[in-house]
Amino acid sequence: MAKYRCPGCGYTYNENDGDVREGYPPGTPFAALPEDFVCPDCAVRYKEDFELAEA
Amino acid sequence: MTTTYTVDDPVKGRIEYSDRKRYLWMSSLFMPLFPMLGIALYYLFDSQWMLVLPLVFSYCVIPVLDYVIGSDTDNPPEEIVPQLDEDRYYRILTWLTVPMHFIVLIGIAWFVGTQDLTLWSVLALAITAGSYSGLGINTAHELGHKKPAFERLLAKVVLAVPAYGHFCIEHNRGHHKDVATPEDPASSRMGESIYKFVLREIPGAFRRGWDVEKERLSRQGRSVWSVHNDILQSYAISAVLQGGLIIAFGWIMVPFLAIHNFWAWYQLTSANYIEHYGLLRAREASGRYERCQPYHSWNANYIFSNIVLFHLERHSDHHANPTRRYQSLRNFEGLPELPNGYYGMYVLAYIPWLWYKVMDKRLLELPHINGDLGKVNIDPDRREEILRRYGKGQGEALAV
Repeated sequence: MAKYRCPGCGYTYNENDGDVREGYPPGTPFAALPEDFVCPDCAVRYKEDFELAEA
Repeated sequence: MTTTYTVDDPVKGRIEYSDRKRYLWMSSLFMPLFPMLGIALYYLFDSQWMLVLPLVFSYCVIPVLDYVIGSDTDNPPEEIVPQLDEDRYYRILTWLTVPMHFIVLIGIAWFVGTQDLTLWSVLALAITAGSYSGLGINTAHELGHKKPAFERLLAKVVLAVPAYGHFCIEHNRGHHKDVATPEDPASSRMGESIYKFVLREIPGAFRRGWDVEKERLSRQGRSVWSVHNDILQSYAISAVLQGGLIIAFGWIMVPFLAIHNFWAWYQLTSANYIEHYGLLRAREASGRYERCQPYHSWNANYIFSNIVLFHLERHSDHHANPTRRYQSLRNFEGLPELPNGYYGMYVLAYIPWLWYKVMDKRLLELPHINGDLGKVNIDPDRREEILRRYGKGQGEALAV
């Protein structure tokens, strides 16, 4: 599964782990995150700003 | 003893930097002495007038010191920032500040609860304690933006002192996302006085904080009334702390704590009021607002109040890099600049006609606005009046 990175602060969304604290269980694909998803750490980069870090 | 950071940059060669403010940051540990100083002087001179001195210091002496000591020329090079961010010395200072806030509130409450004081003295002490707990919100602001869970936990703990547990969630996920837009209850509008703003800011921030937390918990399949609710966790500490003070020192604590809490919140209101006054992000074709730019925040680069506030006044860099640590925040030329530090500007904001006189002109003269009221966040109730006064025939384009 892929990893996506916030280009602002470096937060990485790993599809394997999801982000349980944010309510995205392990295995949640990045594409399945809501369209208004913002970076959970800095909140100033949106879903479309995220970069593929590891396919 | 100085710590020098070096980096070998492929283009710029060797860059060296040592932080001249390194040891000044330790003053955050001594800041609690100021609210306590009034009490010490009361015993020394046996006069209740001494109790107002800490307030005089905050709202009169600090603005003068900012004026006299002036601007801070120290600016870490961007290449050094990662090393400076990693230096643990700085973060330990913010951690140690947390217990100070508990000690000061309990100390002042003890004094109020056990001494025979006039009502005016109790009022001055409640405001002094609230002003220092407002600094606690500033400490929480610094800690709550950081990635380590321990620092976010400390933010929740220190927010309990002024009972403002929803702040970090509302601020990080609400204010930073919506800053400098009409939708943001924590960004003030041109022509909006602080007394009008506070009625929009405090309830608006409260609602937004709860909405964001409720949404997160519902994604986890949990109710908002869950022990996993970060806001409730912080409120629970507030209940123990403030409830304990009422039990220990009696009913005088009820008005004392009410005024203390309100004044702490109002310090945050004051900061929010001056940080983005009138600034407006443009809407892009997609309907989304442009990304927050450096010119969407008012800055102050005065050395004294920046030391008091963990560099909060270097606000543009903070909005560009919200997770960046205070010691690494940078100042830039050509940013919207306040004519005094935050404390001086708070006092100015409390006198609305004077605030408008100083700030409206400054706002319209910003290079990216250049008199164009279409690029200003204006109070809708005063829009027509402001257009008439400053519009110079641009009314058509502005009637959006």
